[in-house]
Amino acid sequence: MDFFKRNILAALIAVLGLIAVAYVGVKGNLQLLFGVVIPYMALLIFFEGIIYRVIKWARSPVPFRIPTTAGQQESLPWLKRTLADKLDNPSTFPFTLGRMALEVLAFRSLFRNTRSELIEAPQRPEGAKLVHWSYKWLWLGAIAFHYAFLVIVIRHLRFFTEPVPHFISLLGEVDGFVQFFIPTVYVSGVVLVLAGLYLLGRRITNPNLRYISLASDYFPLFLIIGIGTTGILMRYVYRVDIQAVKQLALGLVTLHPVVPAGIGAIFYVHLFLVCVLLAYFPFSKLLHAPGLFMSPTRNMTSNNRKVLHVNPWNYPVKFHTYMELEDRYREAMYEAGLPLEIEPETMETEGEEE
Amino acid sequence: MADYKNEFGWFAEKPKVEKKIYDRNKVAIGIVVFLVIFTIAFWKNLGKAVPPPKPALETAAIIKLPEKERTCVEDVEFMRQRHMRLLVDWREQVIRDGERYWTNSKGEKYLASLSNTCMECHTNKTQFCDQCHNYVAVVPNCWGCHLTKEEQVAKAEAK
Repeated sequence: MDFFKRNILAALIAVLGLIAVAYVGVKGNLQLLFGVVIPYMALLIFFEGIIYRVIKWARSPVPFRIPTTAGQQESLPWLKRTLADKLDNPSTFPFTLGRMALEVLAFRSLFRNTRSELIEAPQRPEGAKLVHWSYKWLWLGAIAFHYAFLVIVIRHLRFFTEPVPHFISLLGEVDGFVQFFIPTVYVSGVVLVLAGLYLLGRRITNPNLRYISLASDYFPLFLIIGIGTTGILMRYVYRVDIQAVKQLALGLVTLHPVVPAGIGAIFYVHLFLVCVLLAYFPFSKLLHAPGLFMSPTRNMTSNNRKVLHVNPWNYPVKFHTYMELEDRYREAMYEAGLPLEIEPETMETEGEEE
Repeated sequence: MADYKNEFGWFAEKPKVEKKIYDRNKVAIGIVVFLVIFTIAFWKNLGKAVPPPKPALETAAIIKLPEKERTCVEDVEFMRQRHMRLLVDWREQVIRDGERYWTNSKGEKYLASLSNTCMECHTNKTQFCDQCHNYVAVVPNCWGCHLTKEEQVAKAEAK
């Protein structure tokens, strides 16, 4: 079994195993474990893990600014800077905030993604040429995936609030505007699964990408596709008693957990996969979410040419001035014909004699 | 760590990097914002106990029926999970195929009609339908066309 198959199968079997665990558990009447105990544990791991990670990152000193080359940094006054330069290489706090907002909300740096490919070129002696071209599909897939996920998470708040705030029901109406099928198909759910499949397909079909993909890259994708699929199946095919589901969800958030009878096994599979995602979050690549806010290249103002930044752990260095150097090597430098501040005395007299 | 030495003498020591949480306040604000947003469902419900909805079954029409005949067109579990599918199937059957009668799993025939079959017994939309629909924030589009007798009564009284 080659490297690729080993990694993708490990991730796939892990997710299928998790589904089986939840299914068998619920069939064995472990509703209390899967409906109450595991969700609370997963939430604790999620919050504790993320806080631990963020504090760990905050312990790393970042004394210097790391300007990105994407924009002209603020320098001499006659060097013109456009709005894009100011946002890509900000020298003031508001623009740093702007850069962060663009990164978080619009995935600015992913939008710059390029792809390098060897393209057949018979007119060339090598028969091929290397082309770098702007490649927006990854950006599109990623932004569709993340926004669909966000909409789904906010929509799910209707199970955790009573009465349901107006904006949540409004979001549900907008999301279901196609008015197709009963219950109305939510666009976000379909987009999430399709975008997830695109992100997965891209890892599998592109050989370069496949080479650098590990089980930890496939696992979250399989997991999220699994969550989306079980959710869609539960809503449109294997119906569950939604009123009992809300009772369970409200029980969790009001800290009076209840396990209403008669919720189908598929609900517990869905819930268990979500719990695994939450618990897995602080140990995985999914930490790019909080990590983005802690990225020095994104959250620091690029004012290197405006402000002097001193390394906080500088120690007093015993340094030597140029004159000390010249004093020591004056004669050798004179012989080598190097320009000197003070001509050697002996040489001077020799010169005068001549 | 090895000492570095040049021809002028010592020039480097091991750097002393301070061990602490840098930008403590900003990090704390970030963590608090994260916690508040992600636990919104908890503190919005703090100390609340939300009773499950109780759709009222005791309408005059149901009470009039003898005990044995107080059953819906299918069993409770089926109705809870799939009544919306059933209604849509009825709609398509009646409108597209012109077939007004529907046979349930027990072989009993019913008129496929929301207003005339369902609401014949469940006359109380606000006490029955709306109870759960509001609870789980579902807005069915039945009432865009179908009128409920309740509303008609209310309107008549308002005049």
